[in-house]
Amino acid sequence: MTNQTSWEPKIIAFLCTWCSYAGADLAGVSRFQYPPNIRIVKVPCSGRVSGNMILSALKSGADGVLISGCHPGDCHYISGNYFARRRFGLFSNLLDFVGIEPGRVSFSWISASEGEQFAEVVKTVTERVKKLGPATRLVKKLE
Amino acid sequence: MPKGSVLVVGGGIAGVQAALDLANSGFLVHLVEKTTAIGGKMSQLDKTFPTNDCSACILSPKLVECGRHFNINLLTLSDLISLEGEPGSFTAVVRQRPRYIDPDKCIACGLCAEKCPKKVDDEYNLGISKRKAAYLSFPQAVPLKYAIDPDHCIWIKKPGKCGACVKVCPADAINFDDTEKEHILEVGSVVLALGFSPYDPSSLDFTGYGRLPNVITTMEFERYLSPSGPCMGHMERPSDGREPSRVAWLQCVGSRDINRSCHPYCSSVCCMFAIKQAVIAKEHAHGDFSPSIFFMDMRTHGKGFEDYYNRARKEGVNFHRARVHSVLPGEEEDSLRLRYVNEQGETCFEEFDMVILSTGLEANKQTVELAKMLELKLDEDNFVKTDVFHPVSTSRPGIFVCGAAAEPKDIPQSVMEASAAAMEAGRMLAPARWQETVVKKYPLERDVHAEVPRIGVFVCHCGINISSVVDVDSVMEYAKTLPDVVFAQTNLFTCSQDTIDQMVNTIKEQGLNRVVVASCSPRTHEPLFQETLRDAGLNKFLFEMANIRDQDSWVHRDEPEAATVKAKDLVHMAVARVRGKGALPYNTVKVKKSALVIGGGMGGMTAALSFAEQDFPVTLVEQTDRLGGNANKLYRTWQADEVQPYLAETIKKINDNPRIDVRMNCQVEDVGGSVGHFTTQLSDGFSLTHGVAVMAVGGEAYKPEGKWNYLYSKNPNVHTLLEVDQMLIDGQADFKQTAQAVFIHCVGSRIPERPWCSRVCCTHAIDSAIKLKELNPEMDIFMLYRDIRTYGQRERIYQEARAKGIVFIRYDLDHLPGATEKNGKIIIQTHDPIVDGDITLHPDLLILATAIQPRQDSGNLSKFFKCAIDAHGFLLEAHMKLRPVDFATDGVYLAGLCHYPKPLEETIAQAKAAAARATIVLSQDEVPAESITAMVNEAKCTGCGVCVTVCAYSAVSMDEDNNVAEVNTDLCKGCGACVAGCRSDAMTLMNVGNEQLMAAVEAAFE
Repeated sequence: MTNQTSWEPKIIAFLCTWCSYAGADLAGVSRFQYPPNIRIVKVPCSGRVSGNMILSALKSGADGVLISGCHPGDCHYISGNYFARRRFGLFSNLLDFVGIEPGRVSFSWISASEGEQFAEVVKTVTERVKKLGPATRLVKKLE
Repeated sequence: MPKGSVLVVGGGIAGVQAALDLANSGFLVHLVEKTTAIGGKMSQLDKTFPTNDCSACILSPKLVECGRHFNINLLTLSDLISLEGEPGSFTAVVRQRPRYIDPDKCIACGLCAEKCPKKVDDEYNLGISKRKAAYLSFPQAVPLKYAIDPDHCIWIKKPGKCGACVKVCPADAINFDDTEKEHILEVGSVVLALGFSPYDPSSLDFTGYGRLPNVITTMEFERYLSPSGPCMGHMERPSDGREPSRVAWLQCVGSRDINRSCHPYCSSVCCMFAIKQAVIAKEHAHGDFSPSIFFMDMRTHGKGFEDYYNRARKEGVNFHRARVHSVLPGEEEDSLRLRYVNEQGETCFEEFDMVILSTGLEANKQTVELAKMLELKLDEDNFVKTDVFHPVSTSRPGIFVCGAAAEPKDIPQSVMEASAAAMEAGRMLAPARWQETVVKKYPLERDVHAEVPRIGVFVCHCGINISSVVDVDSVMEYAKTLPDVVFAQTNLFTCSQDTIDQMVNTIKEQGLNRVVVASCSPRTHEPLFQETLRDAGLNKFLFEMANIRDQDSWVHRDEPEAATVKAKDLVHMAVARVRGKGALPYNTVKVKKSALVIGGGMGGMTAALSFAEQDFPVTLVEQTDRLGGNANKLYRTWQADEVQPYLAETIKKINDNPRIDVRMNCQVEDVGGSVGHFTTQLSDGFSLTHGVAVMAVGGEAYKPEGKWNYLYSKNPNVHTLLEVDQMLIDGQADFKQTAQAVFIHCVGSRIPERPWCSRVCCTHAIDSAIKLKELNPEMDIFMLYRDIRTYGQRERIYQEARAKGIVFIRYDLDHLPGATEKNGKIIIQTHDPIVDGDITLHPDLLILATAIQPRQDSGNLSKFFKCAIDAHGFLLEAHMKLRPVDFATDGVYLAGLCHYPKPLEETIAQAKAAAARATIVLSQDEVPAESITAMVNEAKCTGCGVCVTVCAYSAVSMDEDNNVAEVNTDLCKGCGACVAGCRSDAMTLMNVGNEQLMAAVEAAFE
């Protein structure tokens, strides 16, 4: 399906509306360039993202998943990002257990004023997923 | 009872902002604009600094809102002829010139302009291109109605001669019998937002302007860059249409110049304007591009400006500290040769393809005439006279002024003043609020829940912002192939009024029940499009945006194919997401009509008084035992008005006002609730509910340390500016024994640790030096500075200081002044770049102009109201250009030093602006509350209680009888923590459920 030279990963990014999505917009208005591999899904809060959603994204064919929320203490919804942090701490153990490579799923804090950091995170995540190659472990194949 | 309506004169960004703030807080507004459309100078700009936002894109929603606002009576082609009466009850006569095209009939099809045989210079494009005698000034014009120019129309000149437009107009809208109309308007107050004129450099022979075709002004270049301009956004030079690669900007053309026919003041905006153009031009360029800016002092004194300047230098914009002697014809064809003297004193010649003159801002002629008619005082530069303590009040009560008509200033400052003027104009009419207004009624919403989805997709070119990278047509064609998409089209500007109106018709005609707009960010434009859905009888939640500009075309500039693929995915994801959405209720919350103001400095007190004088109760919280904040330490303003008497008067007003509850030695401990109904717990045990909050928590002075210490707190003769102010306030020191004083500027500012300019210190230091010179004319004074930033009319005191013999010596970060001490005597070593040598000074007094920094604890305070802070620790407003006093969190506003360093007049204006914005909420009985709330599927719920634990708002509880969770939608904020936490998939967030989100994710891979 893909050959290694032209293969480009597709990465789903769940961004919270208040910080990280705004940070992504700021990257845009500031024209910070980053790789076009990312597909952003706006969610109210990083705490809205469940493990199930991440697994579903991988199942649908995502080569990587990024979840980004407000910095600790800055959550628009008081404590949503703390729940997210705890949830993904646990969840990464599960990913490890089912054999998903570390680095497929990333978590970051990006505020509304961090356009440059957003571009940097996307670059880093894209590079990391590229090195891992296409995600195959969870992809549902209809044959 | 005063009148409940206000006259706003001038339809630029300031007038539009004032009109919207007034109309949204309960007043009928007559907005008088002299041209055919509102938008003013801002609409002519391509991009705006420091965010590089597309100017038309951020302005357009405001213009559209203004154009269709029920309580704004828009009078274009109109002039104020006379004004009689007194504050609270004026009679204004407005004369409206004929448009010759009936706006009620015109459908803006453009056939009249197409067929019109008469070509004339297009003044909107500053004469760079031609338009017809029948014309529309720009594509997003509001009102979007053509007009006929009577000075050029063949028929109007010689009736019976042409009439081509009459023949082609399908709407029968041409009316050559149209006549002048007089409107007699009864209003309570007046806001003047008269704008400025760009300085005309024709008389400055050394620039070559008018003689050499490739010498143009910054405003002209802006039209060259603009996607709606004559070159469709392609950078071309006038003589041959070739893309220039060596471009020079000449600063201070017409400004800071006491010779010639120029202006002595600084025009404030041109430095950033030029840097922005250099950065944007570099972006437009296809090959090598070398921009050079020739300047005297680089004045990047606003929020985010110094960062922008530093970034421009890194990205290869060349900065030359030189005033260009002359622009001569170059050796290559149509090129230009600049002659200037460099910093080493050598005469240099350099060749350029194009030269851009940073022409200043001046008061326009109409302002002068109108001021005469209204008997308003003008200042010596012909700007409308105001004073530091009343920054938006004119000399005539009931008439207020905002924007560049009062002094050259940038867009955020104009917007701030516009809101402040709205505050003043509305405050005096408060009893008549909602007396003359009408309430907007939406058409009955169509019930779509049983319908099969019929999705319409609108893909935006955004001028060339999107279409120069993304293949917009192929995205549109792709959208048509997606499930349930029954309609797709592209638009030049989806947010322009004609497209909006057309969208309403399309929704109705095509029977659409879901809409996707693929354009910019929902953060800026979703409200506009949602309003459009409501106008078309659709529930506003049946909408989704695909962000193919900010998150696609702007960030993948060099990868058009990948960007187009991504745009298709994003549109597909939006379609998938909107497909599963349903109509939601419009929840509201009852407004508690009182305000909380945090911070008892000048900003907080001004805001508190603004509320109280409109009869809204206020709680003012001050953490110390004294009101006044930093203003307690200030001696006088740059206009030489003493601060302490005004401060004392303000404090007295606060203490005497029964509407204001002042709480000293008090802090905020906890905040709950949201706009309309916050609940706040204070440290003194008191708790209150309030509808809005203003953060005016101030800033603090940097304490000189490390290499910036300069013997501070070691030698008794070293002081900060504020300490000198204190001596002057106390009146103890006469400085008669001080033979020599040295000021060091930028102590702790504009360095990597604090990379911002503190804005006020140049002016403050120079004013202090002048005061010292007044007290002791024999004193020798030396100012060691990096750039003198006496922006606007503050430049006058810089000139005064030089005239008084105060010596200015520049330093840079490679040659910092050094301070040593010998027998208690201070020795200053510094490098003089003009003589290129070191000099030694022996001052009796060393004064440090120290940085202003955010308060250490303002970050903690901001958390209570979920307000963002920027990278430097200042509070971050919702939008740096157009929402300078709002936070992204509704119902919370900001003013003063916590936003950015600023002088007293700007803090006062900003505090009034914050109160004006908050008054919009307080003047309503109810405001919209969260509609996207959580919902329990009781059949699936196992009663485990995780949702109850994770909810930060106590909105979820257990129904003990049935052992299922239940949601109190009044408390739910729609974060979705409970949904993610639910183990049995019983909890969902309306329209943001797993089904909608996962449909979007899956769509990315189909």
